[in-house]
Amino acid sequence: MRLTEKDVRYVAALANLNLSDEETGQMLHDLDGILAQMDALAEIDTEGVAPMLQVLFGGDDAANDTARLRADVERPTLDNEVALANAPMSGEGYFKVPKVIER
Amino acid sequence: MTRHTIASIREGLRAKAFTAVEVAREALAFAERENPKTNAYLLLCPERALAAAAEVDRKLAAGEYAGALAGVPIAVKDVILTKGVRTTCASKMLENYIPPYDATAVERVEAAGGVIVGKTNCDEFAMGSSNESSYFGPVRNPVALDRVPGGSSGGSAAVVAQGTAVVSLGSDTGGSIRQPASFCGVVGVTPTYGRVSRYGLVAFASSLDHIGPFARNVRDSATVLGVISGRDPMDSTSADAPVPDYAAGLDGDVRGMKIGLPVEYMKHATGETADRIHEAVEKLRAMGCEVRDISLPATDYAIATYYIICTAEASANLARFDGVRYGYRSSDSGTLSAMYRNTRGEGFGAEVKRRIMLGTYVLSHGYYDAYYLKAQKVRALIAQDFTNAFQTVDAVVAPVSPFPAFRLGEKVNDPVEMYLSDIYTITGSLAGIPCMSVPCGMADGGLPVGLQILCNHFEEQKMFRLAHAFENS
Repeated sequence: MRLTEKDVRYVAALANLNLSDEETGQMLHDLDGILAQMDALAEIDTEGVAPMLQVLFGGDDAANDTARLRADVERPTLDNEVALANAPMSGEGYFKVPKVIER
Repeated sequence: MTRHTIASIREGLRAKAFTAVEVAREALAFAERENPKTNAYLLLCPERALAAAAEVDRKLAAGEYAGALAGVPIAVKDVILTKGVRTTCASKMLENYIPPYDATAVERVEAAGGVIVGKTNCDEFAMGSSNESSYFGPVRNPVALDRVPGGSSGGSAAVVAQGTAVVSLGSDTGGSIRQPASFCGVVGVTPTYGRVSRYGLVAFASSLDHIGPFARNVRDSATVLGVISGRDPMDSTSADAPVPDYAAGLDGDVRGMKIGLPVEYMKHATGETADRIHEAVEKLRAMGCEVRDISLPATDYAIATYYIICTAEASANLARFDGVRYGYRSSDSGTLSAMYRNTRGEGFGAEVKRRIMLGTYVLSHGYYDAYYLKAQKVRALIAQDFTNAFQTVDAVVAPVSPFPAFRLGEKVNDPVEMYLSDIYTITGSLAGIPCMSVPCGMADGGLPVGLQILCNHFEEQKMFRLAHAFENS
């Protein structure tokens, strides 16, 4: 086993994901199987290879450059009402959330 | 309805054999009747469809140009935003989400006269290879109802195969257009990375996500790609490269075209799927193409590479679903942090949670170099394999999938086995090159097989020309 249940609970906390005890056990089993496949990468020699972060990123050919910024000009954004329309809870033009700090 | 193509609709409208509104009504009625068999549509949008069709009829009556897709019924995968029309990503998380804007691809389709008739089912957040992870239930393959349609764009492939849409839009991150196209016996195209704007595509893995078309022939797929391609200021990764008239360039000669057959792919291919690929290769030779063996040595590492990179990116992209701005919110949470955890625990399905966990793990302290950085280096080697190959060949051909459509439930409980089914499609995705699936016969008692064609960056025209010649040979 590459992982323990404690590892799974730690990663779930990092991901803000509540897992039931049953899900945690299943996740341990699944992730362990998947990570076993991924260990194959250790075999391949990547000495001196630059990591590929993006496709076509920063290409010499300007037309094919896939990292172009648009002109920095003001443009209309969503109206407040429209932006809040899908919120589970809103009020006074803001998103509402449960208490952050207990007083 | 099932026999319509873009050309037959254009001709019918021109000859006044029917109106765009009549075509739209017929498509909607047919979809309504047929959908219970496959569950391929999550929603039909008659109001929007009929308004778009009426606008086409108005333009035609006024003698105006109505666009390259005038009156064509089109379905859109439910990970692509449609203003005012519910877009769920096939997830409980977005069960009631009504987008406030259209994706650029949707805007462009409608500007070209396309008639969006509905939103198609898919794997939850496009994560899956069988369309079984949808919160709204699996899609059945219209060719064989006990089989999966492939995934993740299973619904978009199924509606085109079933004839409830003429063409459709899907998304592809590691094979999500090509594999369902092959399973359902239709044409599916993943363009060059950056060719089509992803503005309004709900992000899964940003360095790998593409939007592309499904169609019943190569010509229609080329027409749709031409409409949705091109620079978009709303997507900084969209390329400014000129968009050729793909459909007009289909008829060029393919004699003497040099084609590579990767030995690493064919060593895994067995059974009738391999037989169909070998026959397709013979057909390409008979057409005057020169087919030779090539080697793509990093192929064996592609699955591990892909599932590290895509899950890492997904874990970051899906952080936005926290119950604050849109989507599901858990009701019984006293504090903000409990609300986040409960919302995500209740709102995401098993496969999405698995990928968020895996992605978070490979990015976490102490593992980043061993997994994520290593995978990005191997990705460079996989891309280099193709760069090397395209110095000596014009195109690469390969199977799309090691096997035809499998039965519902067959692989659903084994994520490793499910991931392995993506072996032939993920290399092209990692390299960001254009690739497509074109039907090449049947296997195992009537299940479609797809031939994959891959070309170098921005060489869609060449890819379409070869596919079109193959289709008509």
